[in-house]
Amino acid sequence: MGDPLFSHGVDVGVLVIVVVKVLVAFGFLLVSVMLMIWFERKVISDMQNRIGPNRAGKFGILQTLADGTKLFFKEDLLPERADRVVFRLAPFLSVVPAFLIFAIVPVGGIVTIAHHTVELQVADPPIGILLLLALSSVAVYGVMLAGWSSGSKYPLLGSVRASAQMISYEAALGLTVVTVILESHGLSTRAIVESQAEYFWRWNVLRLCVVPFAIFFIAGTAELNRPPFDLAEGESELVGGFHTEYSAIRFAMFYLAEFMNTITMSAIVVTLFFGGPDGPGFHVVRWLWPILWFLGKTIVFLYVQVWIRAALPRLRYDQLMNLGWKWLIPLSLAWLLLVAAAQVSKDWGFAVFGGVVVAGLLLAAARATARRRRAHPDRGRPPAVGGADGLGTAAIGAGRSEAGS
Amino acid sequence: MGLLGETNFFGGFYVAAKQILRPRVTTEYPATKRPKPPRLHGRHVLNRYEDGMEKCIGCELCAAVCPADCIYVRGADNPPDAPVSPGERYGFVYEINYLRCIHCDLCVEACPTEAITESKLFEFSFTSRADAIYTRDELVVGDDGKPQQLPWEDWRPGEDRFSSGWMRATSPSGDASYEGEVQWSGELGYGVRPPEAGQRGERDDEATGNISVRETEAKKIPVRFGGRRR
Repeated sequence: MGDPLFSHGVDVGVLVIVVVKVLVAFGFLLVSVMLMIWFERKVISDMQNRIGPNRAGKFGILQTLADGTKLFFKEDLLPERADRVVFRLAPFLSVVPAFLIFAIVPVGGIVTIAHHTVELQVADPPIGILLLLALSSVAVYGVMLAGWSSGSKYPLLGSVRASAQMISYEAALGLTVVTVILESHGLSTRAIVESQAEYFWRWNVLRLCVVPFAIFFIAGTAELNRPPFDLAEGESELVGGFHTEYSAIRFAMFYLAEFMNTITMSAIVVTLFFGGPDGPGFHVVRWLWPILWFLGKTIVFLYVQVWIRAALPRLRYDQLMNLGWKWLIPLSLAWLLLVAAAQVSKDWGFAVFGGVVVAGLLLAAARATARRRRAHPDRGRPPAVGGADGLGTAAIGAGRSEAGS
Repeated sequence: MGLLGETNFFGGFYVAAKQILRPRVTTEYPATKRPKPPRLHGRHVLNRYEDGMEKCIGCELCAAVCPADCIYVRGADNPPDAPVSPGERYGFVYEINYLRCIHCDLCVEACPTEAITESKLFEFSFTSRADAIYTRDELVVGDDGKPQQLPWEDWRPGEDRFSSGWMRATSPSGDASYEGEVQWSGELGYGVRPPEAGQRGERDDEATGNISVRETEAKKIPVRFGGRRR
C-alpha cells in the first residue's frame, strides 16, 4: 500500500526525487495550459471557418504567452466595495486545487531511479481518487468567494449559479467514481490504472459499459464550468460571471485555473476509464511509451472538449438542473446499484444481479408512470360527467371540467 | 426529446467538424485587401482637364452644400498671364477637414464642373488635427490624372482607378434615355472617356470596374437555395 518510494524510509535521494517530480509536473502543467489555450483557439477557429491566432510566433503558438505578459503588466484593480482579503484569496483557491488534482494522475509507468522505485506521478496517497472529489469541492469556494467578495451584483449571481451547479454535478461525479472504485478494488489511482492494464477490454469504460464514463464526462464538463455548462459566465446575462471584477494577474489566474482544470479533468477521465498510461509498448526506451499513451489519450479528450464547445449551445439554468438532478444522479445511482450487484453476484449467485435488474426496471416503470400522470392528469380516467355542452370537456383539462360540473 | 430524434443532438457535432475542411473566410487585412466597390466613397480628388487646367472654378457650391461643414473654398480671379482654370475664377484655397467629412458625396453632386470627385481610398490616418485638413496641393490629381499617393495613405496597385467624374456620370441608376450619351468633359490622363453601355447588356465591366451588386450577392447564395454553382 502507498507510494513504494517511501517504503524504505526517507533519505536525501527520495527528497530530491520528490522535489524533481513536483517541479516537472508544475512546469509541464503550466506549459500545457499555454498550449491548451492556443489549441482550443486554433481548433475552434477551424470549426468556425476562421484562422485564429497567427501573429505571435509560428502558427500563433506564443499567443498565450503574449496575453499572459499583457495581463501581468496590467493594473490590478480592487473594487471599492470588495472584501479585500477574500477578493485576493479567491484566485488562489481556484488555482491551487487545479494544480493539486493533477498530482494524483499517473502519467507513466513505474521506473527505477538510483535504486528507488518511482511511480511517474507526483503523489500516490492512499485516499487516491477521493482527493479529486475533495479538491473539486475546494474549487467551488474559489468561484463562490470570488463572486461574493467582489461586492457587485453580477459576480454574485454568477457565483451563486456556479456553486449550485458544481455542487449538483459533484453528486453524479462522486457516484460514478464509486462505480470505478468498486470495479477496480482500490482508491489509489495507481491501483485503478493497474487494474485496467494490459488489455484494452479491461479498461473501465468497457468493463462498466460506457454509461459511467458518459456521466462522468458530462458531470466533469459541468464541474469545469465549460460550455455548454458555462452559465456561470453567460456573457449575455452576467457580463463575465464570477470574475467580472477581476483584472490583470488575478484574472489570469482564474483563466489559468479554468484551462488547467480542463486538462486535469481529461487526464482523470483517461485514468479512471481509459487505462491511464496503458497501451502497447516497445522494447526501445521502455519508460517513454506509457507517457506517450497517456498524453495521446488526454489530447483526444481535450479535442473532444473543444469540439463540444464548438458544437453545443449553452443550456438554460432549469435545463441544467434537470439534467443534473433528474437524469445524471438517478442514472449514476442505478448504475452504481448494477455494478454493486454484479460484484456481489460473483459470490452470492447471479440471482442477486437479476433481482436488482428487475427491481430497477420496476422502479423505472413506476417513475415513468408518475411522470406521465403528472403531465396528463386525466388520461386513462373516465371522462368527466356533465359539462354544459355535453361534448366531453375532459379533453380541455381537469381544472376546467371540475369548474363546469 | 430523443438523442437522435427531432432535436438531433449529434447533428451539431457533425456541423462543427465539417467546417474544418472548408476554406477560411478570413481576409488577413493588412496583408491582403478585399476588392472595393467601384463607387465607394473615399477621400476626395480635385480633377483637371486634359490640358492640365484645374476644373475647379471656385464657386463654393460644394462648401455650401456640405452637411458636415468640412469644406473651405476661396475663389479668386485667374491671373491673366498664367490661368489655373479655363474659366474666370479658380479655387485658390481648397481645404477639406477629414475629421468632419462624412463622405456623403453631396459636394460631388453639387459640383457643376466635375472638379471634385471621390477616390476609393479610406485607409489614411493622421496624428494631429492639422494633418487632418487636406489642402489643394494634396487633393489635386497628379500629372498622370491619378490621385496623389501621399505617404500616410495606404494605396495598393490598382486602387487609384475609378476616381474621376466619369464614375459618377456613368451611374447605372441614371435615366435610361441618357444611356450611351457622353455627359462628362475630358480629363487629364484619360481624355474623354467612353460611355458605359449600362442596361443594354453591352457592358464592359472590366473596363469600367463595375461590379454588379446583384451578381455579387447571387454568388453567395448556396446552391441548395437556388444559387448558382461556383
